[in-house]
Amino acid sequence: MDFIFYFGDVFSPLSFLLLLGGTIGGLILGATPGLSPTMAVALLIPFTFHLEAVQGLILLGAAYTSTVAGGAVSAILLKIPGAPANIATTLDGHKMAKQGQGAKALQLSFLASAVGGIFGVLLLIFLTPVLAQWALAFGPSHLFWLAILGVTVIGSLDSASVVKGLLSGCIGLWLATIGFDDIMGAQRFIFHPSLGGGINIIAALIGLFAIPQVLTMFAKGRRAQGAEVIEVQKHSVLDATKELLRRPRALGIGTITGSIIGLIPGVGGQIAGLVAYDQTKKFSSEKEKFGQGHSEGVIAAESANNAMVGPSLVPLLTLSIPGSPTAAVLLGGLLIHGIFPGSDLFDNHPDVAWTFINSMLVGQVLMCLFGLYVAGLAARVAQVPQSVMAAIVLALSVFGAYSVQSSMGDVYVMACLGIGMYFLERFGFSAAPLVLGLILGPIAESNFIQGGMIADATVGKASYFLSGGLNIFLIAVVVASIAYSAWMELRTRRHTTKEEAQA
Amino acid sequence: MNRSQHILGSGLVFAVGIWVAWVSYTQAPAEAFLFPRLIASVFVVLAGWTFGKAVLGLSKVGSGISRSMFISMVPGLVVMAVYVFWAAKALGFYTATAIAFFILLSLYDPAPHSEGKTWAKRALITAIFVAVMYGLFAKLLSVYTPREILF
Repeated sequence: MDFIFYFGDVFSPLSFLLLLGGTIGGLILGATPGLSPTMAVALLIPFTFHLEAVQGLILLGAAYTSTVAGGAVSAILLKIPGAPANIATTLDGHKMAKQGQGAKALQLSFLASAVGGIFGVLLLIFLTPVLAQWALAFGPSHLFWLAILGVTVIGSLDSASVVKGLLSGCIGLWLATIGFDDIMGAQRFIFHPSLGGGINIIAALIGLFAIPQVLTMFAKGRRAQGAEVIEVQKHSVLDATKELLRRPRALGIGTITGSIIGLIPGVGGQIAGLVAYDQTKKFSSEKEKFGQGHSEGVIAAESANNAMVGPSLVPLLTLSIPGSPTAAVLLGGLLIHGIFPGSDLFDNHPDVAWTFINSMLVGQVLMCLFGLYVAGLAARVAQVPQSVMAAIVLALSVFGAYSVQSSMGDVYVMACLGIGMYFLERFGFSAAPLVLGLILGPIAESNFIQGGMIADATVGKASYFLSGGLNIFLIAVVVASIAYSAWMELRTRRHTTKEEAQA
Repeated sequence: MNRSQHILGSGLVFAVGIWVAWVSYTQAPAEAFLFPRLIASVFVVLAGWTFGKAVLGLSKVGSGISRSMFISMVPGLVVMAVYVFWAAKALGFYTATAIAFFILLSLYDPAPHSEGKTWAKRALITAIFVAVMYGLFAKLLSVYTPREILF
């Protein structure tokens, strides 16, 4: 129950102001189509350099939570999901808005998000210390396999092609080796002076997440947004709360599904929302109303995509393994302050860990309160032309990458990685495993070298890395995740081929 | 997406993989390249597999770049490249940002170019944006950006 002792720190003036700013800003950014939560958090990192570690994390955590919820605004009022996590919300939310129930849909979405989000953060609070202590038993070989697991799980589950997903992870792991080798001091792959100090993670994150989005907006040309904002009529919050309480099944299924999916590395909010929507529909006595503007659809989808936020941080805070691209960006936010997640975080920086987690709990309540008031404004911001959005994101990326170390080299690296990633994405590669490879590469390498030294002095490399219960378990999970994804890919392809043949 | 685009994309990745493997296995000291060798080996195998599939026309994932997308994107990409790789350093961050922002707005804004009001609006948005960036980065975060010949 350590977290209770640090609750007051959330309400220190600056921390609370940042929490409030992050929440309101996140709601508006989340509503903007094309600005994903990961990209919003990546672009915010440069603003945390001058803050204390805990304050920086509060800002990033608030932005993460509220961008996911804010995406519901454009999903409901514009039929454009602010983020992939809000796709399921669009199915019933927009129909409700068209039927004159826009305010009710928004209220239900924020209330359900808050319930799901609070449950998810409570899970984070109670699971994290236990797992962090368990992580103390991990040796170099286990940490090496965990890092590989982080890359392969995301590489196989997050990509349409398993081979291309794993290849993206390999590219990330290779990029992480660029620069000077820590042990021998040897130069590796330095083919341009900008790479002398290796690839800066923050600049890389900005480039990999923001620049492809900018180029995607350019590729759409001089096209108007084309979406009309549906005006919302007044609706009592009390009535919406009563409606939410009348739908415990949808809320329960959404919250539990989201929490479980959040714990699995690599499976994002998009899956959480869609699975929760599908399961709620299966168990509902009003199946036929789904897709026609049914409140249960909105409740299930929104409670699920916010319930996954807290649990998605469990692998990061306990094992230093980010389970999602956004968690990877948050890891970048921790590392720039010299803080490493895992048991070190809870033993040596409990104030940082618990104040950050508590702020996410308070942030859920603020998000619910302000979401209802900011929704109208957010929907207007969502209509900002893509030309303006692209130019803003590009300039923020350049300034953000430069401000990391006041180096033009970082700006060049950011731009090159971003442009390269855009083309790779068009060829079916994915940014998430590449980022995970880049971030987990140094963890994997240092533990590989350390483990190798221990192995040489004891049982030999093969025995050290490939035997022992935990090693075998981790290797089995790596193999199982790849095999499962490959099987799913083959099945989908066979299904598509059959459909094409029938057509 | 057509086969040649798949071949081009996966071929480039395969070429990078071969270069990484070659450097990893030929550079000294060998201890410093132990981990890169491990990655490079997997990298080359996966890249070779992807390239082989592309050559055989079996690559299905990835929608590629259509001609119209490419044509729409190129002007923005050129402005971006000039802004990032030359103007930001040569002219100064704020001047370069203002110029690039205004050009990008003009290139991609769906509003008609023939109206004077549109141009005034674009200029106003640019001025407000650069002022906000100056306030945020120069004043609030005290980031000293290259000023060079202009600002």
